[in-house]
Amino acid sequence: MSKVTGFFATRWGIILVGALIGVLAVTLQKLGNPGNMGICMACFERDITGALGMHRAAIVQYLRPEIPAFLLGSFIAAIAFREFRFRSGSAPIVRFFLGMTAMIGALVFLGCPWRAMLRLAGGDWNAIVGIVGLVIGVGVGVLFLKKGFSLGRAHPERAGFGLMMPFIMLALLFLAVIYPNYGESAALFRSESGPGSMNAPVLISIGIALLVGFLAQRTRFCTMGAVRDVLLMRDFHLLSGVIALVAAAFVMNLVFGQFHPGFTRGLDAAGEVIAQPAAHTNQLLNFGGMVLAGLSFALAGGCPGRQIFLAGEGDGDAGVFVLGMFTGSAVAHNFLMVGTQPNAPLIVGVGLVFVLLVGFVSLERGEA
Amino acid sequence: MTKTVDARGLSCPQPVIMTRKAVKDLDGGEVTVLVDTMTQVQNVSRSAQKLGWDVSFEEKNEAFELLLKK
Repeated sequence: MSKVTGFFATRWGIILVGALIGVLAVTLQKLGNPGNMGICMACFERDITGALGMHRAAIVQYLRPEIPAFLLGSFIAAIAFREFRFRSGSAPIVRFFLGMTAMIGALVFLGCPWRAMLRLAGGDWNAIVGIVGLVIGVGVGVLFLKKGFSLGRAHPERAGFGLMMPFIMLALLFLAVIYPNYGESAALFRSESGPGSMNAPVLISIGIALLVGFLAQRTRFCTMGAVRDVLLMRDFHLLSGVIALVAAAFVMNLVFGQFHPGFTRGLDAAGEVIAQPAAHTNQLLNFGGMVLAGLSFALAGGCPGRQIFLAGEGDGDAGVFVLGMFTGSAVAHNFLMVGTQPNAPLIVGVGLVFVLLVGFVSLERGEA
Repeated sequence: MTKTVDARGLSCPQPVIMTRKAVKDLDGGEVTVLVDTMTQVQNVSRSAQKLGWDVSFEEKNEAFELLLKK
């Protein structure tokens, strides 16, 4: 019999890693990533579907190398520490659906929980409303969990199957580096303006994302779990990592002159409101989008980052969730459901109804 | 008699919830918890230790068996 050991499992381990992720994320912003978007799982996956031609929002098309590198960083850590094992079968189709609703909700807010933290650290106060929504959404998820919510058991399968997601991500990473362009209407697409045109140098993005993926796999870093564990059992372990991320990102933003507090950035010379980067001030949508996302993440058992890292260590159901997120981003843009677009309020309402239904039909009586 | 919680294959935070439920009405004794990832070993350990249980584990048949004692 042995005891749980290792620095990464300790309180200081997750605080240090959270702070480091905060520093690295803000550094990516300094080096060229869009404002308050050093790391955003939802935005980056959406940019990738844009690059692949799955949606036609011209300003958000770029094959972000960070997403594949996050997953591969986790894969490397799992292999190195002998934690890689393929498992799947815990309601994959439901997880695909939850990935879609999570993404759709996040895109109404304009960011996943990771970016919500970075927006907060950059002084974008709209993020506070989003984070309140996230807490409420996760809180509803906790109620379901307490009542016996379960998507059922995953089962171990041949380890070779687990190489599927790392292989797909390796292919994406390869494409991100060579960036083939077949001209008009053929992949890969690349934004000429807007967030999709802004990026840190590719090799630096890859290096930082590999490191983040590695460290997040070791510490089980999860922005949704941080909230859930506090609500469910007053466990502040994961939250201490997220707070460290925000604190470190805030300090780095001050150092780089990237801290601009306010719901907007004031008025320009012509009297027009300057928005915070990739943000809007419709607080009902900021709130509602993140309630939908938070509940979806809570029912699926992890934030969008955690799902990527789990997929990297062989969790096939988390991999399906990630593919659901990709799909959700394309649907969201194609049907004008992003930010304050006309169909955003509708999809938040419909999405919530369906995710609540998933919650109710997944309650287990007796067991659990 | 030793209580056994089989939480193999379940997502976060179900193994922890099941463990907490199992030990809730116990003043002491031994509880065995089965999980299948190191993450769950750490999560269950952390949670049980906070409730005053001594936790050790071993790897068995592609899964982990945690022994909680108080």
